[in-house]
Amino acid sequence: MKLDRRRFMKLAGSGAACLSLGQLGVSLAPVKAYAAEMKISGAKEVVTVCPFCSVSCHVIGYVKDGKLVNTEGDPDYPINEGALCAKGAAMFTMTTSHHRLQKPLYRAPYSDTWEEKSWEWMFDRIARRIKDTRDKDLILKNGKGDTVNRLESMFLLGTSHAGNEECAIAHQAMRGLGVVHMDHQARI
Amino acid sequence: MGSNAAEHHPISFKWVLQAKDKGATVMHVDPKFSRTSARSDFHVPLRSGTDIAFLGGMIKYILDNELFFKEYVVEYTNASLIVGKDYGFEDGLFSGYDAKTRSYDKSKWGFELDADGVPKRDKSLKHPRCVYQLMKKHYSRYGIDAVSSTTGVSAENLLKVYKEFAATGRADKAGTIMYALGWTQHTVGVQNIRSAGIIQLLLGNIGVAGGGINALRGEPNVQGSTDHTLLYHIIPGYMAMPNNEWQTYDDYVKANTPVSNDPMSANWWQHKPKYFASLLKAWFGENATPENGFCYEYLPKIEKGEDYSYMYLFDRMYENKIRGGIIIGLNPMNSVPNSNKVRKALDNLDWLVTSELHHSETTDNWKRPGVDPKTVKTEVFLLPSAHRLEKEGSVTNSGRWLLWHYKAIEPAFEAKPFGDMFVGFMKRVQELYRKEGGTLPEAVLKLDYPDRYDPEELCAKINGRFTKDTVVKGKKYRKGQLVPSFTALADDGSTSSLNWLYAGSYTEEDGNKAKRRSTSQTPMQANIGLFPKWAWCWPVNRRILYNRASVDLNGKPYNPEKAVIEWKDGKWVGDVPDGGWPPMATGKGRYPFIMSKHGFGQIYGPGRQDGPFSEHYEPVETPVARNMFSKQLNSPVYKYVSSEMDKLSAPADPNYPIVLTTYSLTEHWCGGGETRNIPNLLEAEPQLYVEMSPELAEEKGIANGDGVIVESVRGRVEAIAMVTVRMRPLRVHGRIIHEIGMPFCFGWTTPGTGDATNRLTPSVGDPNTTIPEYKACCVNVRKADRLTELAT
Repeated sequence: MKLDRRRFMKLAGSGAACLSLGQLGVSLAPVKAYAAEMKISGAKEVVTVCPFCSVSCHVIGYVKDGKLVNTEGDPDYPINEGALCAKGAAMFTMTTSHHRLQKPLYRAPYSDTWEEKSWEWMFDRIARRIKDTRDKDLILKNGKGDTVNRLESMFLLGTSHAGNEECAIAHQAMRGLGVVHMDHQARI
Repeated sequence: MGSNAAEHHPISFKWVLQAKDKGATVMHVDPKFSRTSARSDFHVPLRSGTDIAFLGGMIKYILDNELFFKEYVVEYTNASLIVGKDYGFEDGLFSGYDAKTRSYDKSKWGFELDADGVPKRDKSLKHPRCVYQLMKKHYSRYGIDAVSSTTGVSAENLLKVYKEFAATGRADKAGTIMYALGWTQHTVGVQNIRSAGIIQLLLGNIGVAGGGINALRGEPNVQGSTDHTLLYHIIPGYMAMPNNEWQTYDDYVKANTPVSNDPMSANWWQHKPKYFASLLKAWFGENATPENGFCYEYLPKIEKGEDYSYMYLFDRMYENKIRGGIIIGLNPMNSVPNSNKVRKALDNLDWLVTSELHHSETTDNWKRPGVDPKTVKTEVFLLPSAHRLEKEGSVTNSGRWLLWHYKAIEPAFEAKPFGDMFVGFMKRVQELYRKEGGTLPEAVLKLDYPDRYDPEELCAKINGRFTKDTVVKGKKYRKGQLVPSFTALADDGSTSSLNWLYAGSYTEEDGNKAKRRSTSQTPMQANIGLFPKWAWCWPVNRRILYNRASVDLNGKPYNPEKAVIEWKDGKWVGDVPDGGWPPMATGKGRYPFIMSKHGFGQIYGPGRQDGPFSEHYEPVETPVARNMFSKQLNSPVYKYVSSEMDKLSAPADPNYPIVLTTYSLTEHWCGGGETRNIPNLLEAEPQLYVEMSPELAEEKGIANGDGVIVESVRGRVEAIAMVTVRMRPLRVHGRIIHEIGMPFCFGWTTPGTGDATNRLTPSVGDPNTTIPEYKACCVNVRKADRLTELAT
């Protein structure tokens, strides 16, 4: 009989979502079991999908007091059945990496440094850049007199990291502006 | 073939190993011995860029020995169709070639039609111009000797693979082919895959359990980002991007809606106007009406035949023709060929918006080694992006499953999802147009664009809604309610949908199906591992495409042990059938390949840019001076750009005698911009290396662990020599040719790890896709006197 993770928990006679194997009497070193319990006990389980490769392994994020405390493969997902590769297993470090960018950064022309700016400031400035470029360069007619409404001098590159909903509005925005140079990892 | 699944899609490979445990033979044909090879029954090394020769030999073997699945081939593929008299093939060129434009007139390759406009067929397969006979003739040139001499694979190994795979041509056997970028990244990439398509159709392996050609898509949501189309040449749902010749909505619909006169052909794309009109309704909302062509006039129209992909974009940027743009979640300064050129090209921008988790070679290009920032004019915006666990939404896996991911925590620091970024600046651009006016403001102002980024609402909008009260199959839907399926979409403005393929994923009846987590299945579904209630799969939750090709004319499974669908008591059971019509033998059925105009699996593919059959051409940079199969050395229609930095070495150039192939690593993703910032991943794979055979190392006086310089005509790269028997010298055209392999994920923003391998690769691409030829170019290698890019 094949047991999925939830049924295993149920059969083990536990209503609590986050009992560790150690507590169920499966042979894990007691210290290890204790440590595991400390880490995720009482944590909320949130299902996510690994952001690398299109096997799309499911991962459970454990959240305690609004903080990510652990990640592990989702044993219920019929494709990965709890297993993860090196990248998937690094999901926790990836999210909490100390290399993460913290604030919007701006580099002025010819400058040799980044400056911190607010999102509002960045959005305003980007919108201005886009509009000015479009107003100046939008090609209404081609050489043959066909209506073409295209903005060749601006582009969008990326990304397969975006979710479906993000891609859908990215595409809509670009076609609204007239952008034709558009590409991403699908062509790499 | 063309994949190292054990290392690049590790979790997919565990299912391969399960098949092996059950008795399947697993064969790995790839230039490099990898962990995939180690777990396969055997490994066959071949020279990069010679897959068509290898597969052409297999096609010949199957035909010569009559190992194909005859009923399937006759009934379900276009093997029996008669090709028109204009088709021809002579010495490497198909008919209709124009050397001046480097393109084919594809009208020369059409089928011969009867008086009703239906393709003529000869089910005996004897007509000299039927596809079967033309194929036989075409691949008759792919004898074992020529194939062996071209690929570097011994005759014994060739026959071993051919025999094993051709054995799946029986009704009760299935064979599958897993491929990845090892096939796409060639100037003949599409024809590599076409060759596999021909083989799988000959063996009856499409539409069946355990069959198919599996594209192992390498990127996190590359299926979804292709469906929703961050690409220039199509719009969401695989419809063509409008071009200048289609000036009106009616022009577009007329040019893009195929017509079939065969009542047996479903010709599914005949419904395209419904999908296109619904997309325009979703984009322009109330502003889109049938009277104004649903605002079609405002859309940009690309110039017919023009290419706006990476390769051409960076070439135009290099020529100073591009002013600014947006690069998100992408590191092209590492991952696009000829990095020296693209890095220089980026300096020509006035402005650049980037959004990433970390600094990358792209965000920080203005201060790359050897460049004085004070000379770079670009205004750069770098927006911190949220990671997967910090946002919710849907992604689509390689099997087309729509999967929901939930938000676990708030984005770190000030990071935001990409969605917030697009809404953030678009809202402001719209405000500016409202206030100031400008050039063609209507195109921007008439968009029905969200005020805030709400993935749940957008997921519903992608599915589609009724724009007025409607009755579908006796059921009443009010204005604003969700459409139940794409069969409810209409071209009169009464429906909207951001992507017809996803219609049915989010319904009034069942809610957001991306969130479904039930493993329940019927015994028939369990038998072949289908999980129809886990999430949802496009189209219409059909898990195996073209599954009506898995049954005979009476609807009985060819392989009852592994049935996908079956006609039972007047209905189909199993998977969702590819069209619900009764079996073919009733006379009311439809051919199973419903997306092709004539309804057949396309052994003969007259729609491709480079010919209806695959043909071996050498990579653009090749270590040999001639092609064993024709006088045409390279693809006559491959794409290229030609700035002074786009040099190519001559065929068999003695300065660059070694073949280079590039690849990913389990621990790093693509250009490495993200994974190099994860300490445990960087620790596992810390530095750029080059794998070479002991024979080559000895010839070059290189020892394992030595620092070396790899050079092509375009650039030079430092790497650590990894001398290993995983790379084998190959006997090609009667002499020994060496091949080396390198990862491409390292870059200068992670000091000491090395820098872009793509400084070596050329900007030449496939004529159908413009995917660059990363997998085969020519280089040389020598021991380094000193290293500057690598920590030692």
